[in-house]
Amino acid sequence: MTAQSVKTPDAPAPAKLLEMHRAMVLIRRFEEAVRVLATAGAVPGLVHLCAGQEATNVGVIAALEPRDAIASHHRGHGHCLARGAPVDGLMAEILGKETGMCGGRSGSMHVIDLERNNLGTNGIVGGGIPLAAGAALSARARGSDAASVCFFGDGALNQGLLHECMNMAAIWKLAVVFVCENNGYGEFTAIDDVTAGPSLLARGEVFGIPSSMVDGMDVRAVHEAARGAVARARAGQGPSFIICNTWRFGGHHVGDKQDYKDDAEARAWRARDPILKSAAQLQDEGHASEADLRAVEHEADALVKRAVEAARAAPEPAPQRLLEHVHG
Amino acid sequence: MAEPRMLTYREAVLDALFAEMRADPAVMIIGEDVGAAGGVFKQTEGLFAEFGALRVVDTPISEPGAFGMAVGAAMTGMRPVFEVMFGDFMTLCMDQLVNQAAKVRYMSNGRAGVPLVLRTTMGTGANLGPQHSQGFYAWAAHVPGLKVVAPATPQDAHDLMRAAIRDDDPVLFFEDRMLYTARGPVVAGEPQTLGRARVVRQGRDVTIVAIGRMVAFAQAAAEELAREGVEVEIVDPRTIAPLDRRTIIASVKRTHRALVVDGAPLAYGVTGEIASIIAEEAFDWLDAPVSRLGAANVPVPISRSLEPLSRPDASAIAQRVRAMLA
Repeated sequence: MTAQSVKTPDAPAPAKLLEMHRAMVLIRRFEEAVRVLATAGAVPGLVHLCAGQEATNVGVIAALEPRDAIASHHRGHGHCLARGAPVDGLMAEILGKETGMCGGRSGSMHVIDLERNNLGTNGIVGGGIPLAAGAALSARARGSDAASVCFFGDGALNQGLLHECMNMAAIWKLAVVFVCENNGYGEFTAIDDVTAGPSLLARGEVFGIPSSMVDGMDVRAVHEAARGAVARARAGQGPSFIICNTWRFGGHHVGDKQDYKDDAEARAWRARDPILKSAAQLQDEGHASEADLRAVEHEADALVKRAVEAARAAPEPAPQRLLEHVHG
Repeated sequence: MAEPRMLTYREAVLDALFAEMRADPAVMIIGEDVGAAGGVFKQTEGLFAEFGALRVVDTPISEPGAFGMAVGAAMTGMRPVFEVMFGDFMTLCMDQLVNQAAKVRYMSNGRAGVPLVLRTTMGTGANLGPQHSQGFYAWAAHVPGLKVVAPATPQDAHDLMRAAIRDDDPVLFFEDRMLYTARGPVVAGEPQTLGRARVVRQGRDVTIVAIGRMVAFAQAAAEELAREGVEVEIVDPRTIAPLDRRTIIASVKRTHRALVVDGAPLAYGVTGEIASIIAEEAFDWLDAPVSRLGAANVPVPISRSLEPLSRPDASAIAQRVRAMLA
């Protein structure tokens, strides 16, 4: 079958592995800072953190080229950062400040960063799926080999939009990768309570889409699956579906008490922290020393600290900004 | 200047699509049966043969996903014209229209846009009933970030389709199916811009602001009233959002009376918006209260006898004008 004939590129070089680790650490530190700010009341609106899910963000995005597009969701800071969004600009945006990436009008859930082909985080569950599929339709019409990735959570598995877009991506062989970051809960509801059928993968397979499940706490496993899917997409072989099983360390949003989660289960997932795993692998393989890894953490801390200070000190958007950019 | 050609409304829109697709490779058509079939109303006939399957995309019956994909394509370099076969089906696209397409420019602080046209048909008169007749332009006009067009003549349909495609924002283009066979002169001149009303007919006694197909009814009423010595001025806004307030207000200040006519339900609709603008900006010039005519606040019935009763026609317009002048 031609689907298997596209060769997955060689294993990532040590520099790439370290780069992915650095990206995960930055996301973790960033999210912790946002949690502190949100708890202190400094963040307007609701904020959904992705701590625990860094490997799914980073492993996939590290498989992309700048010309490729992504669409994210409401738990999307990690996607933005992995795609290269400025740390200070994103932090200021989350605080609704003038210096934010979107002028303080979008906040956490509606960041659009087209300069990096990021079609945006999204406040509508499943809302980004057709945007990424549409970017692939656009690439096809323009004769580009750019691929697209749509990220969505397990909550979006039951949105009709997903199934419609999978169908169209399959019939048109679009260069799109459907990535489900399955953290086990749609808001406060466990996936098993709301999701029928014997297999989540069947939701891709029914459209003839190659579908696979990976350990979403292992950045290398995610990256491997993503690289294969992106290579297939670029080669004109159509969409793929990847389910990354992961865990959100926090609640649905900051302030969620999470009394619906089982303590033992939470502890077991915590022990599989993707950053600890990546750090241990890098050390075991001799790609990084303990000092190197500490330096990565310090560097992330410094970046985040500067971003927080700058964002807190930044002005609110000027009143005249209110009416700007409704139309072109 | 090019010689005018006599085209039907349907042909005029199609001619605009050909022109814009030839002028700009980013323009693409997406919809159900728009490809080899040429559209259920033959409104995309010939495009597939000339531009092929990559630019004239036949979708499954999957409006939410397909429209959402058009939005994604528009964010990444294309200018899709997305077709919703019947205006009532637009409800299926509402999340992607309202929460994505309309808000992208604002949310991105002006750095991203959605240059997309959603074209759809509407209108009573063909007994298509409750789920195949409605035009949701008032809903759409209520959403910040959307532009809304309802052309009344072949020339305007041609010009406004070209303008809508060239516009950098999402534009909703409402075509009344009962106008599809209306024939008129079309000059393929320079593309127009949206947001300009047209004074269809000049008169000194009363201004009728009419939307879409109601323009033709207003013209028929004006002919009838002229025989009675009443001179009617007709203003067609053409673009519902943004609305050309200036042309409407200038007309009302000349005639001192205003009647606003719409084929969609009167309640919470476009007539209320226009009437309140007139009241706010031209109150001191008015010799009579602003009057409104619209469809009854009912779903459109399929019955051949009930359907025509659901919306205004020429005689209802004439009768209302007589009452205003009495």
